Amino acid sequence: MTYILVFEQLLNGLQYGVMLFLMAAGLTLVFGIMNLVNLAHGSLYMVGAYATVAAIDWTGSWLAGVALGLAATLVIGMLTEMVALRTLYERDHLDQVLATFGLILFFNEAVAILFGRTALYMSLPVWLQGHVEIIPGSIYPVYRAAVIVVGLAVAAGLWYVVARTRLGMLIRAGASNRAMVSALGVNVKLLYTVVFGFGAALAGLAGLMAGPIYAVQPGMGEMILIQVFVVIVIGGIGSVRGALVGSIVVGMVDTLGRAFLKPMLASLISPTAAEAAGPALASMLIYLLMAVVLAVRPAGLFPNR
Amino acid sequence: MRKPFGVLLAGAAAIAMSFAPPAGAQQKIRIGFITTLSGPAGVIGKHMKDSVDLALEHLGNKMGGVPVEVVYGDDQFKPEVGVQVAEEMLKKDQVDIVAGVIWSNVMMAVVPVVTGAGKVMVGTNAGASPLAGEQCNEAFFSTSWNNDESPEAMGQFLQESGVDDLYVLAPNYQAGKDMVAGLKRTYKRKIVEEIYTKPGQQDYQAEITQLRSKNPKAVYVFYPGGMGIQFVKQYVQAGLRDRIPLYSVFTVDETTLPALKESAIGQYEARFWSPDLNVPASKKYVADFEKKFGYTPSYYGAQSYDGMMLIDSAVRANKGSLKNRAGVIAAMKKANFKSVRGPFKYNVNHMPIQDFYLLQAVAGGKDGAHMQIKKKVFDKHKDSYWQSCKMK
Repeated sequence: MTYILVFEQLLNGLQYGVMLFLMAAGLTLVFGIMNLVNLAHGSLYMVGAYATVAAIDWTGSWLAGVALGLAATLVIGMLTEMVALRTLYERDHLDQVLATFGLILFFNEAVAILFGRTALYMSLPVWLQGHVEIIPGSIYPVYRAAVIVVGLAVAAGLWYVVARTRLGMLIRAGASNRAMVSALGVNVKLLYTVVFGFGAALAGLAGLMAGPIYAVQPGMGEMILIQVFVVIVIGGIGSVRGALVGSIVVGMVDTLGRAFLKPMLASLISPTAAEAAGPALASMLIYLLMAVVLAVRPAGLFPNR
Repeated sequence: MRKPFGVLLAGAAAIAMSFAPPAGAQQKIRIGFITTLSGPAGVIGKHMKDSVDLALEHLGNKMGGVPVEVVYGDDQFKPEVGVQVAEEMLKKDQVDIVAGVIWSNVMMAVVPVVTGAGKVMVGTNAGASPLAGEQCNEAFFSTSWNNDESPEAMGQFLQESGVDDLYVLAPNYQAGKDMVAGLKRTYKRKIVEEIYTKPGQQDYQAEITQLRSKNPKAVYVFYPGGMGIQFVKQYVQAGLRDRIPLYSVFTVDETTLPALKESAIGQYEARFWSPDLNVPASKKYVADFEKKFGYTPSYYGAQSYDGMMLIDSAVRANKGSLKNRAGVIAAMKKANFKSVRGPFKYNVNHMPIQDFYLLQAVAGGKDGAHMQIKKKVFDKHKDSYWQSCKMK
């Protein structure tokens, strides 16, 4: 029984980590390559969720809705880059933070005006409802299992694109020496737009996968953005590999902390003290982890050279 | 046919008289209404504002024959902004009375500002316990409830229906602890575990897995707003809806049902009002609200509608004026208006003495699920703090 419980919590941690990774990958790519701090990354996550809900409503088909929602987020991401962010690359980080914070306000209000402030409902097709028995005695929601599969597939795909394709080569080159890449005749402007759109689509994918389990409402992106920043600080800013490791570590630490910290403390200190300290400590755990990582390796686990 | 000139003049005078407010009345009644209109909680503010607008429409935009103007303020969910908004309303807009406020912490900050300026405050949601007990205030009236009353009602129902082995979850902040304390005041059987989660938490899968391993007989939660949408969706997805009944307070209501739809079906809630309550004033409010705004009103709105009606009763009793503070307070104490909850009396602490019901979300309606009253749990219930209020 307890082994099954631990196994299920490990799965939960993995699932949460995978979700964080989809967000962190885009954020860290944009930072690593364009040197842009994008606080509005959470807004693209929200846009993904809203666009998908609207597209499912419109087409009446879940899969078509997901595809359209994803495409819409990609386009909105690229447009945002072209209209608002392009002028910010040469500015310092404070200007970028201010401008992208403005974008957060813009997107939240735009969504509230278009869809209202009431949280929206996102349906699930029948084949994603129900449960699977991964190991005997442990039932797990199919949807959560699907999130894990999609997330890991995206991680593998991302590795392939970055490490094995021409686009990936340009991305890596752009990250290490922009001026040189540009001098060699690569259209850096276009490259940036593509990378940003790519990151936006990943955030949108996370958002649309969050739709059926979280509340689709204005400001939903900021709820997850903080954890995503913790992930990329732990993983090393700009490193996709760091984002993957950071995400899984944060997902595991957070989930296992919430599940097992209180009972563990109760056996160490008195149960009443554990009652008070457990939940407080569990919610601080990922930030404590970040502090430790920053103290030991200030550039994160996988610094981007 | 020619009318004599004198008759015409008398007629004109009569018409003019009917427009003129009664003697001693104000030119205009100004009401300040504070709620949250921005951010995710803005949906609650919208329910409240729309209800105030409907109340004004029902009153013909007049109270006691005097035209009414409502000034809305957005507290942004922050006590310090609430105080700023209240001060602006009192000084710049010269309001005669202030109403509204969703959050207990905002209420605790706003009430002294309003009553300190010699005005009356009508709270239409927040039910902070100090205001019902030791810090009760003669110039503060509530058209809602004390925070603890809904959980007390739920606890009472669980106690009466013999539920044992209850698993409890709430966010780790003051209101979360209060909602559990309220439950325990009436529910005396076994609580398997009390879990406090991070406020604003999105994912409850870890907690739900732990919960399932303990196999309790029932689950009680307090998860307002987005937290509730997330918890309930995830609870249903974990396949627990049919296995372990879920009881809650302030979690599933008309502000969250549109996002929950079918996943809400089967949920139990406890509160003082529901859109299906069989009270004439409530039926009229719900029907006209749905017609005008196209969505189902919530208790947040019902309380705000009542707040306007309470103010109207005070204006009428004071011949079209809110300038006489003592007169306004005396009139409000009588609760002489047609409340959406049916007739009720004010306790000495200016909190309503009212009934509480057990509700269940059932299939049907435009959101795929709607709340239905199952039984009355409390009859003429008084909150648990009124005895420490020194007012008579």
